[in-house]
Amino acid sequence: MGLLNAVVQGVLLGGLYALYAAGLSLMFGVMRIVNLAHGDLGVVAAYVALVLVTHTFLPVWAAVVVTVLLSAVAGYLLQRLLLQRSLSSGPLATLLVTFGLSVILQNVLQELFSADTRSLDTGTFATAAIHLGEISVSYLGLLGLGLALATIVGVQLYLSRTATGRMMRAASDDPEVATLVGADARHVYAVATSIALASVALAGMVFAMRSSFSPTIGSMSLIFAFEAVVIGGLGSLWGTLLGGLGLGLAQSIVGYYDPADSILAGHLLFLAVLALRPQGILAARGT
Amino acid sequence: MTDPTHHLLELRGVTKRFGKVTVATDLDLVVSAGETLGIVGPNGAGKTSLFAMISGDLHPDSGAVLFAGRDITGVSAHRRARLGLGRTYQVPRPFEKMTVFENVLVAATTGAGTRGQAAATLAGETLDRTGMYDVANRVAGSLTLLQRKRLELARALATRPRLVLLDEVAGGLTDPEVAELVTLVRSLHDTGIAVVWIEHVVHALTATVDRLACLAGGRVVADGLPADVLADPTVRELYLGQAVATDEDVA
Repeated sequence: MGLLNAVVQGVLLGGLYALYAAGLSLMFGVMRIVNLAHGDLGVVAAYVALVLVTHTFLPVWAAVVVTVLLSAVAGYLLQRLLLQRSLSSGPLATLLVTFGLSVILQNVLQELFSADTRSLDTGTFATAAIHLGEISVSYLGLLGLGLALATIVGVQLYLSRTATGRMMRAASDDPEVATLVGADARHVYAVATSIALASVALAGMVFAMRSSFSPTIGSMSLIFAFEAVVIGGLGSLWGTLLGGLGLGLAQSIVGYYDPADSILAGHLLFLAVLALRPQGILAARGT
Repeated sequence: MTDPTHHLLELRGVTKRFGKVTVATDLDLVVSAGETLGIVGPNGAGKTSLFAMISGDLHPDSGAVLFAGRDITGVSAHRRARLGLGRTYQVPRPFEKMTVFENVLVAATTGAGTRGQAAATLAGETLDRTGMYDVANRVAGSLTLLQRKRLELARALATRPRLVLLDEVAGGLTDPEVAELVTLVRSLHDTGIAVVWIEHVVHALTATVDRLACLAGGRVVADGLPADVLADPTVRELYLGQAVATDEDVA
């Protein structure tokens, strides 16, 4: 029964990893941008929500909605004002710019909030769970998994069913040609980054509700998100979902036998995929 | 649409250099609405750069590009596409991972500004017109060269252009395939779309165009009726260094 519970917890944890990784995967898939500040942007969202909850009368759920909207706007501006410029100077430039952004964000957060750990208090919701025999399914775990599924299904539908989504796929394939059929590639890219930031904001806030956070934990979530993207297959959102779940399951199942090896198990799965199936579980179609 | 000059497209004194290489020198060119203009010239004459400056991929160092009476020299490529400028590439560049239908649908929504059912209808009609309807659900990456060239044309047409720039659509195709494409380009002419067509396969051009221009060293060295241009001694010397291939020679 204990092992079954570990599997359930692994799926829930994997959902949160997938939610973290979705935006990273989208930005890489559409613009070939590897956003090293991705995890930190999730932490920034957690602090924004914390400030909203502490200094306004907004309930937590409203603070979450406001933060997601703010992140979406910030994502659009980030792409137009910063990343778009570096994009024309090649992939190394975007790596350096996002690395610099990561350093700046971590230091600004330390300056503003100190290095103390905080948490986003959701009252009884944080500990509420559905009990099925020995298995306990926490509401927060379900929230993370549900948001991950909703985000990935939503983005997939957006990419295949809407005009802007198709434009995004076209611009991902060949930005110059997309421009020649009338697509404003810069706008389309900014929309993609906007979606990525909104989703990582959700991930950062769900994380902040589950456990305590501090200005520098973004680096760790970036690594997990990276591993989820690579395990799943670059450029495939469904792959990213599977990658997140695989990572969560590996950590949780090994952690059931020996908690000290939990994180290591995730890294080993990542290494094994790199060695045996470097294109990932689901390689992007057509490549 | 006030167009005092009656020209759909006009290039005025366009100059473009890359370091020491000059791809356009004080180049003047006009295209009237609904006209089909062929462009010939030796390799390196500046033909593809000319297209890039019309479509907005390249910006001239000096001079002006006018479209439908409006100065579009500073207008970005995606806005030019929406204004009615379509372009095909010498080597077809479909959106490989998308289906044929989606390729054309993107053009119908972004270029022509149609939405929903209207966009799907426009995309369907365009595929029908270019003979691509049967392969609408194929992934573009799996197409043959002729199909890719047709898709390239279909995608340009789905933006509802007033002018289409064709860059060597006949290159790499067999004679019967070229004949099929010539029929297709003629049908554009019949619907009032102006065409500027760069082509090395001269007999494909002479069978189709109203007017022929010869480019060399970034200048227009001859411009007029196809027969006159091909008979021009400068063209004969510059273009092939020999008697220009006529229909009889090529066939």
